[in-house]
Amino acid sequence: MSAIAAAPVRRSRRSWLFAIGLILVGINVAVALLTLVWLPYDPSSTAGGRLEAPSLLHWAGTDRLGRDLFTQIMIGSRIALMVGAGAVAIGAAIGVTLGVLSAFATRLLDDAFAAAFDILIAFPTLLLAMLVVAASDTASLGSAILALGIAISAIVARLTRILAKRVIGMDYITAARTSGTSWPQIVIKHVLPNIWPTLLVNFALQFGLAVIAEASLSYLGLGAPPPNASWGRLLQEAQGTVYTAPFGAIAPGLALLILVIGINLSADGLRDIGDPTRRGSR
Amino acid sequence: MVLFALLRLLPGDPANALLGVGATAQQIASAKAQVGSDLPLTEQFVRFVSSLARFDLGTSFVSQAPVGAEILDRLTVTIPITLLSFALAIILAVPLGIVAAVKADRWYGAVISVVSQLGIAIPVFWVGILLVTAFAINIRLFPSGGFPRHGWADPLNALRSLALPVLTIGIVMASSLLRYVRSATQDVLGSDYLRTARALGSGYTEALLRHGVRNGVVPIISILGIELASTFLGAVVVEKVFALPGLGSMLLLGISQRDYPNVQGVLFVSTLLVLLIGFVADLVQRLVDPRLRDRAVGSP
Repeated sequence: MSAIAAAPVRRSRRSWLFAIGLILVGINVAVALLTLVWLPYDPSSTAGGRLEAPSLLHWAGTDRLGRDLFTQIMIGSRIALMVGAGAVAIGAAIGVTLGVLSAFATRLLDDAFAAAFDILIAFPTLLLAMLVVAASDTASLGSAILALGIAISAIVARLTRILAKRVIGMDYITAARTSGTSWPQIVIKHVLPNIWPTLLVNFALQFGLAVIAEASLSYLGLGAPPPNASWGRLLQEAQGTVYTAPFGAIAPGLALLILVIGINLSADGLRDIGDPTRRGSR
Repeated sequence: MVLFALLRLLPGDPANALLGVGATAQQIASAKAQVGSDLPLTEQFVRFVSSLARFDLGTSFVSQAPVGAEILDRLTVTIPITLLSFALAIILAVPLGIVAAVKADRWYGAVISVVSQLGIAIPVFWVGILLVTAFAINIRLFPSGGFPRHGWADPLNALRSLALPVLTIGIVMASSLLRYVRSATQDVLGSDYLRTARALGSGYTEALLRHGVRNGVVPIISILGIELASTFLGAVVVEKVFALPGLGSMLLLGISQRDYPNVQGVLFVSTLLVLLIGFVADLVQRLVDPRLRDRAVGSP
């Protein structure tokens, strides 16, 4: 019927979106790498008049001290990627380990783990992150990454536990067990390869959420301190001068929007590749 | 308990917050005795738990005002924001989500989906800043921030100053809620019971209303619980955008001043509210779906 006829069209549109997502993320990564070797202006000294509107010289205008905003936004993409990657790495390392352990543990221990994950998840990411940042010495890039990593780990752990339990219940695991394969080997040879695609999609989604959460933290003044031009802090500074220079309050947000949409589209694309049964449907 | 541990990890003695730089050792000792931070940790913990059980949240280190009263006062700002934006999100998301699912192959169905994709990729505070730029500066319809000094004694101005925050949170919440409504509708549309009902002679609309709504609404209710909780916490950030004297600004100020009783109190009340919302959502779900009633409370 019509669903069958529409499927190829829709699939090609989906892969288009995946390509766009990868390109958007790629641009961000390229810009972030570029900032390591080259910047259009010195980010810490004045490059023009105060609060200039966007021009050919200053693509995103200048801030209230006359510093080039485009340069700061470029640096911001490096910070966003660092926080996202760091938080997801911490979350994945802790989350997958705990999730697998919980799935293999005795009933009682498993229930305790599951309850702990649920409580941590009920605690909203931002609130948890605010607490961890407040508990560390001073707000720094590291404390923001750690905070978001801990929040992500609970989500990853719960997902890993559910996925791993499903695999462990399969007959071929029983077969592997009876033929003498040890539990660590079963985890490496059977469980992880099977749950990996789903986890990867989740990591991508968490990456996007971490970028947004980092921006929120630094907007609230709990993120990376001033020399780091985080998008959230740029927006917070620009909010004070929104009457005279509205563009400064728009450009960093656009950069963030581009990155997060790129990540979300890539995550959708990854899901389609990892799970053929979902192709063509949403 | 988690709260207590995390808060004690905060470096710096709260007594220092009471005094300026260059206080004498004697002053420090008396300040410590006043806030109780010279006691052993176990004793601090026992005091903490016993006073929570009595709903006594202590007094602020900095302002010496009772924390409970201050929280109640600030909730008169935060709770209206939460409820109003939650209502706005539902009003926006439910019809649009259903349209996006039913008319997925039409252009407006696709546009709704794309806009909601944008909505979940935007931090809530940026939406706030954009709305300030658009409404408060160019059109000057609503104030860009602040809250009338006399609060709800001046209801019209109070509502006016809540308009933009509510719009901000409402839009962002609606776009994530919309996705759940859309996929729930899609599940209903593809279901066997709907096909059966149609085959038995029900009209399309009648089948949707009689069977679809009751089935589709079950997963949405548990999502609504989560969304209401995050609406409440979205208010924390948005209060900062609009300089509103709510719970969020109390928390931020408390963290920066190391005012433990204030921070503890806000987090305690927030956690309690979040858990309460989840519990109520669970109960409502059971009321709507008889299949869930047989299962033990607490199991998913």
